[in-house]
Amino acid sequence: MTSDSMEAVADPRADEGDAGRPARSRPAEVLQEHIVEIVSDSGEGAQRCGQSLAAIAARSGMGIWTVEIIPAEIQPPPRSVAGASGNRVRMAAGPVTNIGDQADLVVAFNEQVLLGRLNAGEIKPGATILIESGWQEDMHPGIVASYLKVCADVRAKGYKLYEVPMGKECLKFIPDPRKGKNMFALGMLCAIYSLDEEAARAQVRYIFAKKDQRIINANIELLDAGRAWAEENLDIAYRIPAPPVTEPQVVMNGNAALALGTVASGMEVCAMYPITPATSASHYLSAIFEKVGCVVHQAEDEISACCFAIGASYAGKCAVTITSGPGLSLKQEALGLAVMSEIPLVVIDVQRGGPSTGLPTKVEQGDLMAAMFGTHGDAPKVVMAVSSIEDCFHSVITARKIAETFNMVVVILSDAALATAQQPFRRPEFRADWLAPPVNQSAVPEDAHPYDWDERTGIATRFIPGQPNGMHCLTGLAHDRDSHVAYDPATNEEGLLNRSRKLAALQTTLRLEPVHGDEEGDLLLIGWGSSRGAIQEAVDRLRAKGHKVSSLHLKFLQPMASGIDTVMKRFKKVMTIENNWNDPLSDPLVTPDNRRLSHLAMLLRSRWLVDVDCWGNSRGQPLKPGEITAAALAKLGEVK
Amino acid sequence: MTATMTQCLTQLVQTDYGMTDYQSEIEPRWCTGCGDNAILTAMQRLCRDEQLPPEKTVSVSGIGCASRLPHYMNAYGFHGIHGRALPIAEGIKIRRPDLSVFVTTGDGDNCSIGAAHWLHAVRYNMNMVVMLHDNQVYGLTKKQASPTSPKGLTTNTTPFGAALNPLNPLTVTLGISNVSFVAQVVDWIPELLYEVLHMAYKHKGFSFIRILQRCPNFMDHHFDNWMQDPARTRILTHSDGLRLKPELSRVYKKQETHDPLDMPRALALAALTDEVPVGILYKNPEVPCYDELRAGERPSTPSLVETVLNEEFDKVGIWPAETAEAGR
Repeated sequence: MTSDSMEAVADPRADEGDAGRPARSRPAEVLQEHIVEIVSDSGEGAQRCGQSLAAIAARSGMGIWTVEIIPAEIQPPPRSVAGASGNRVRMAAGPVTNIGDQADLVVAFNEQVLLGRLNAGEIKPGATILIESGWQEDMHPGIVASYLKVCADVRAKGYKLYEVPMGKECLKFIPDPRKGKNMFALGMLCAIYSLDEEAARAQVRYIFAKKDQRIINANIELLDAGRAWAEENLDIAYRIPAPPVTEPQVVMNGNAALALGTVASGMEVCAMYPITPATSASHYLSAIFEKVGCVVHQAEDEISACCFAIGASYAGKCAVTITSGPGLSLKQEALGLAVMSEIPLVVIDVQRGGPSTGLPTKVEQGDLMAAMFGTHGDAPKVVMAVSSIEDCFHSVITARKIAETFNMVVVILSDAALATAQQPFRRPEFRADWLAPPVNQSAVPEDAHPYDWDERTGIATRFIPGQPNGMHCLTGLAHDRDSHVAYDPATNEEGLLNRSRKLAALQTTLRLEPVHGDEEGDLLLIGWGSSRGAIQEAVDRLRAKGHKVSSLHLKFLQPMASGIDTVMKRFKKVMTIENNWNDPLSDPLVTPDNRRLSHLAMLLRSRWLVDVDCWGNSRGQPLKPGEITAAALAKLGEVK
Repeated sequence: MTATMTQCLTQLVQTDYGMTDYQSEIEPRWCTGCGDNAILTAMQRLCRDEQLPPEKTVSVSGIGCASRLPHYMNAYGFHGIHGRALPIAEGIKIRRPDLSVFVTTGDGDNCSIGAAHWLHAVRYNMNMVVMLHDNQVYGLTKKQASPTSPKGLTTNTTPFGAALNPLNPLTVTLGISNVSFVAQVVDWIPELLYEVLHMAYKHKGFSFIRILQRCPNFMDHHFDNWMQDPARTRILTHSDGLRLKPELSRVYKKQETHDPLDMPRALALAALTDEVPVGILYKNPEVPCYDELRAGERPSTPSLVETVLNEEFDKVGIWPAETAEAGR
């Protein structure tokens, strides 16, 4: 950019309305929503750019949902199709509950990462693409050729391509554009989406708050430069009208919400072992937990993390262990101990693709059955799933209360999609009753037993070390009301009955959430966990076209609330929507006799004898409203 | 630590705890002649002599013959799962410094299935006593070779003799960072068993005692050579370690003054194969304890939680006023 062009925009709003003119000279096109992707090689900061864009948009009152685009490796080879790293941001005039379908606008730092997203089908036909143009002057002829070919192909396919000299522009301010190009891109995006300049600067100051002033200043210069360049040179400008925010909100991702929920729930001990994608929750918790007098213990393995939490809980300190699928498997024997000895424990499982190492950075809802039935023997546990960022926060509080009221293991299922997705929600107002009461150290009545199971609820008041007269030996062996080892059939069944009875007692307190859409119709979609927003959006789209489709979302998977069968029977067809595997009937070997169904579908069929179908996939991506809409339409075709 | 007036008064009115106050209503079901009986008695004696309130005493175990011990103590007990006694005990201790924690484990429990926890527990150096009942065989599952079984031992899983040299729990423990207390004792010298256990209790940190323990059922006569020949027992004495009474001194003549801070000598003693060293091999009270390092500066209170939550919310907050301003 020359100084001449700087002067040329001295009077930006001289005339309006001509296509091809720079942004500043045109009125911004008003949109209801837009999906933006920023992709780069790993380490070029596209994720930070995307997250910042989302935060600025959220502060302006827009609804947002973000998802990280993550390669599996920490440093994949640069300029590789598989190495695309970045962020997708969906911004809208109203609330956003999911990541949407395809991107409307992409900022790509090289043509290979762009190809990665195009090949994955994530970019809308005709979308706007802003690409780093420096590659056409690269010293390697192969790179130049590759860049030119992709640009030509993209144009030929009808995409609106802008070649942006991001690196060259950044060089005016910093020696290495790789470290700062993301802020230039952020500036461009703020200009394109008419976001407030000062709000953007505040965001940059916030993310670099721990750095020294020179670094903050340099990044603000880059931000401003990006904005200025876009206003000079681009003919695109949008505005997403956001209703004014009427109540205080917070914006964070699911794992941060789980961590803050853990603090708010009155937990005192978190024992964990690093595993993707759960670990960032523990990172955040580690940074703040000690401020409230609590501790995050990084154990030597998943088993010890679980046993450590069980020990802390036994000693009267509320405890949580946070993990992902493989870690849940490793904890299962210890969870059996907690179930058998009736020690309260909250387990957070941030699900990823499996089995084995599977897709460690990507989403799947594949652990439902493992959470419910993964322990040997009859081991009743509470299993609940979170379906939004706000839900991540409040669910830990609920889970802690259930665990300690019923002396049970409560598993919270989150997933990789929620872990990194950001969403604004109403700022929680602290309530002292979220916290646990102090450890009971009062003397136990002489005639009390450590397992005085209540006949109606199965609940026994446990004795905590330090309570006089409460001495007993807790054991994972079958035991009687005195916690004495007992192998006789009647005592064994008494224990099984009471442990099971607690789930029934909890179940009587559960309420089904309202059906989304009409209470009756042709097709009912049932989902659980993070896919809630996408399912409900699909239902809204179908209903807008006159289809009689509704959806039901389950928070508690074990036990399930009453009334599900009543709802199911009001619809001609019922289908679960799950982000996990089911055998496709199109496979020549698959028949109704051998078809493996999605988890929830199996559970609903077995309990209520309703012919529940399932649709879903295990692509490692969050389910999208478009594909759910298509699946529902196909199912509607079966309705006579 | 100074006691408050109330505590002093409470102690005055409190009846003294006797041996039976630490005996549960359940009779031990170990085999006749099993060394576990001696260890249980030593532990109950320690509790009595230290007047540990039973409600403040927690005995933790994994799975195996030895791990039945908590059932026989009148105290809080946690009979856990195989190999995991140590992480359970760590969890109990992390926020309950008021509890005295004892861990009972066996050679299979500690040195095989729970070996990872053993290494890390030594490194955490949390304040607890750990008794490794080492009978060099799996008893509860009916005679399989354990990691400490001697080479050539015939068992149900090694019908042609154990193929490998045994693992030495003493040299392993001494080799781990932050090791702070390692001792060895044998179940057939109850006086020394008690003395060592007492020193372990008094030591602040992770006090690891390997107890050579007889299994009359599956390893009958295994320790006879050591029991019958006192010259094969080397008693480690020191002003900061065991001090042998004259009657024992007359029997066990092979004695060595061993400074418990002398690690090279401790390692050499631990590696002895023809003799059994008995006493404190290593003791270092200066090693930091993880439970103290992580104790936190202040207790958790509702107002503290509220303050920290609000600080975090502020960092990611969106306010109506700010939005209105930004929209202008």
